[in-house]
This record gives sequence, structure tokens and C-alpha cells, in this order.
Amino acid sequence: MPVLLSFVRQTPGRLMETKKTTFDSRLLPYLLLAPQLFITLVFFIWPAAQAVKSSFEREDPFGLSTAFVGLLHYQRLFEDPNYIDALLRTAVFAVSVTALSMVLGLAFAAAVDRLVRTGRVYTTLLVWPYAVAPVVAGVLWWFLFNSTTGLMPFFLEKVGIHWDHDLNGTQAMILIIIAAAWKQVSYNFLFFLAGLQSVPQSLMEAAAIDGSGPVKRFFTISLPLLSPTTFFLFIINVNYTMFDTFPIVDATTVGGPAQATTTLVYKVYQDGYLGLNLGSSSAQSVLLMMIVMVLTFVQFRYVERRVQY
Amino acid sequence: MVENRPFLTFLTHAFLILGFAVVALPVYVAIIASTHDIATLMSGPVPLLPGSHLIENYSMILTSASAANGLPNYSHMALNSLIMAVAITVGKISISILSAFAIVYFRFPFRQLAFWIIFVTLMLPVEVRIMPTYKIVADLGMLNSWAGLTIPLIASATATFLFRQFFMTVPDEMLEAARVDGAGPMKFFRDILLPLSRTNIGALCVILFIYGWVQYLWPLLVTTDPGYYTLMMGMKRMVTVQDGVIQWQLVMAGSVLAMLPPILIVIFMQRLFIRGLTETEK
Repeated sequence: MPVLLSFVRQTPGRLMETKKTTFDSRLLPYLLLAPQLFITLVFFIWPAAQAVKSSFEREDPFGLSTAFVGLLHYQRLFEDPNYIDALLRTAVFAVSVTALSMVLGLAFAAAVDRLVRTGRVYTTLLVWPYAVAPVVAGVLWWFLFNSTTGLMPFFLEKVGIHWDHDLNGTQAMILIIIAAAWKQVSYNFLFFLAGLQSVPQSLMEAAAIDGSGPVKRFFTISLPLLSPTTFFLFIINVNYTMFDTFPIVDATTVGGPAQATTTLVYKVYQDGYLGLNLGSSSAQSVLLMMIVMVLTFVQFRYVERRVQY
Repeated sequence: MVENRPFLTFLTHAFLILGFAVVALPVYVAIIASTHDIATLMSGPVPLLPGSHLIENYSMILTSASAANGLPNYSHMALNSLIMAVAITVGKISISILSAFAIVYFRFPFRQLAFWIIFVTLMLPVEVRIMPTYKIVADLGMLNSWAGLTIPLIASATATFLFRQFFMTVPDEMLEAARVDGAGPMKFFRDILLPLSRTNIGALCVILFIYGWVQYLWPLLVTTDPGYYTLMMGMKRMVTVQDGVIQWQLVMAGSVLAMLPPILIVIFMQRLFIRGLTETEK
């Protein structure tokens, strides 16, 4: 889902406009909206409300009765070192993937932007990883780093690094960071390229006449002008890393070794779907919803700012 | 380019070629590994040149291999993936374009409420409401069904907003002319808006097809019947072997086949793809 967030870079206020002239019909607009609203209410809002409700409740072991327990589940979560670890780990994961994929995406975009004729060829060569499913991306990198068959451990051994992501938690984390970033570079590349191509050529020429070289121009003109794109991509990438990387973890490390790659979303799945701990899983869901809301709010807030300038 | 700097241009090319080599490495290795037998793969790092088992591996995966893991036939799973991707694409586009039409071309009580309900879907990805959504689908008896696999995924604020944005750019004169000619709202929608939206629908098709094709968590939750497994579920099953070795040559052949359709779509429909991805306010 977060990939598609890019469509909505506009203010909620403007989204509310209608045409000046409209059709008159009492029933028709409701009929047109009915399928979308029905699905949203039944499969989005109702479950979300249920999550909020059961995060305040405890079910007895037989599921016969529930009791209101207030903030108990939340309190337990924040006292649970496993949860705090997962929170910090997710932050490290999100920031690493975001930084890695944005820096590479920007570098590729800056390079392609310099080329006049061959730029399109390189664009084609660099965009396709977007279409690779996260689960496939995970499996490909997992294979590349596999301790018996993989190429990487073979080369790493030669420089004195013993690689085994089945035992070493840090290495497992590096593995999922690489796999998640690999898939996202093409997305960042396309947005940075679009941003760079809209930098006015006259600015570049003026700076060149004043004697600044390509590198200086990049850092003093292009990069500052790209800051709206950069900020937008930062939010999108954090969102992607937090919520869309579940398949990478599930198909490769399964959260291990020793919880080293258990992200917040993976923990909700483990505790709720596999562990059937409804209360705790619901409380975790609610906390995640709050994170998405903050991200969405920041994104829209920033767009409103940008419109004013 | 502002000035001619041959050396920098050379460096740019070198950097991009190197970049492409790194980006393509895992896929190259997957293709190579899918042409070897398991003995070669297990005896050390994967070779860098193709082996002689290409036809054997691919025909095995397409006919019988997956059955060993209790999986349906690979082509059966590919068909499931296709059905799911197409159903999600068609479903999302249909309900979004209708909602956008209602929001832009009508004024009615509770319009604002309807708008916010749609908007809220942005903040509630499946990943944050795993258990309760599973429960409602189970209560409705939709586990292990095409309806359960696709319908909960087709609500889309983003597609609705994209159409809304586009409808706002359609000149008001079109609507006035249609009204003068006595066309009702649905006739206007079908004969004017729909044809005008062709490019947007095309761009969305590309993006949403990929979105549907790569779905993983949702099918994992709602299907236990192997008859509904998609390729992405099959991937997970093939690498989760309890005892014995992972049949890497088949896993890699399976990966290559699973990523081929969306990659081809992105490469051959690049213009629509980029438009769909980066379309913003105009």
C-alpha cells in the first residue's frame, strides 16, 4: 500500500472540492460509493475498531468471557524487553533501508540525468527490481548469502569474515536490510530522476558560467531543490520498510536467529496469528496504527507547507 | 548536459554499468543456479556459468516437483496468482472510479464523511490489523475462497484520489454540454469520462497488477487449502523443508518464473508504469 501513497501528494482540503456544476440525484451518489464504503467499513474500520477494543480486554483461556483490563496490555508491552528490542530493531532496520536505498537511488538518478541519449536505456536497466515480489527478493539474497551454496560467504571468507546468518543475528539483519533496500532503489531512483529533470536548465547554465563544476552544482543547486522529493521519499521508505517487508523476513530468517530480525509487524503476526495472544497482539496493532497515522499526518502536513511557499 | 566533460561522462557510464551489475547480480545468480543440479550447487559456491540442467529443472518445476512439498502444480499456482492479480486490478479500478465520480460530480449529505472513510484506508494497511481482519473474514465464511482472497484488498483510497484528481481537470463544459443534450449522469460517465480516463486506467493497471501479483501476507492468512496457493506462497513452502536439503535449483527456477511476468510488464510498459508510479497533482 505505501507505494501507492504517492498519488495523494495534495492537501486534504483540496481533495474535498467538487465540480462547480454537478448532477442532481439523491440516490445515485450513494449507490456509486456503496461498494467502496462497504468494503472499507467491513474489512478496514470494523477490524481496526475490534483491535482497539480487544487491546483493552482479556479473554479467559476458554474464550467464554472477556474482562476489561484497561491499559494492562500496553503497560506489559513497554515493560517487555522483547518488545522494546523489536521497536529499536525496527527503527534501525527502517533507517538503514531508507538511507541505503535513497543514497543509491539518488546516485543512479544523478548519473542518468547527466546522460542525454543513453539515459533511457539505463532507466530500463534499473527500474525492474520494483516488480520483484518482496518474498522473491528475500529468497534471492538469502541464496546469495547461503553458507554452503552462496557466492558472498565464499568471497567474504577470503577477506577473513565468516558469514552465517543462521547463527549471527547482526548478519541476518544485514541480509534483510540488503534485500529490502535492493527492491526499493528503483522506486527512489525514478522519483529522484523526475525531480532532477525538473531542475531549471537555466540555473545550471548560470552556475556553470560562474565556474562551478558538475559536483559543486549537484550539491549547491540540485540537492537543495530536491528537498521536497527527499522528504516525501523518506516517509514513503520508512513506511515501506516497516510494513511491506514482512515477506522478506517470513521467507528467509523467520524473525531469527534469536529474534534478531523480528520487526514490529512480524511480532504482531507471531504473537497474534501464531501465538494466539489476542490482547497483546491487538495492543501492538494499535501502536502500529498510531505510527502509520503519524507518518500519514506528517506527509500531508508537509505537502500543505509546500503549497504555501 | 551543460558542458562537455568526456572523463566525467566516462565515469558516469562506468558507475551505471557497475550499478546495474550489482543490481542484477542476484537475478543472474538465480538464473545460473536454475541450470545446475543440486549436487553441483551443494558442493560449493554457485558456479558463474550456466550448467546443462536447464530444461530438466524447468520441466520438473512445471510438471511435478512442487507436489513433493504438498504443493499444487506450479502452473496451477501461477494461474492462481494471475486470477488474484487480475481480480484485484479490476476490482480496485472499478470501485475507485465509481467513488471518484460520486465525490466529484455530486453534492449530497454525508459527502465529507464518505470521503474521510475512504481516506482512512490509507492508515490501515493489512499488516497492522492482522488478527481482527482474519477473524471477520473467517466469520463471514470467506476463508479459502476467491472472494476472501481479493475483496478485502480492493478498497483503495489512492486509486480513488487519482481518478478524483483527473476528473477535476476535465473541463466543466463537457458536463454542461452533456446536460444540454439531455445525457444523464451514467451516460456522461460511460460515454465521456470513461474514454477520457483510458491512460489513467492503463497506468493504474500496471501498478495494481504488480501489487496483486506480489501479495503475500493476505493469502498466507486466509488460505490453508493448497488449491488456492499462489506463487508467492509456493516460494515460502519450497524453502521451508523440515528435513533434507532445499532443492535450490528448483527454488531458483521457481523464482525466475515468479518474477518474470511483472518484470516484463515493467520493461515493456515502462511509460505507463512510470506514469502510474509518479503521477501526482497536476
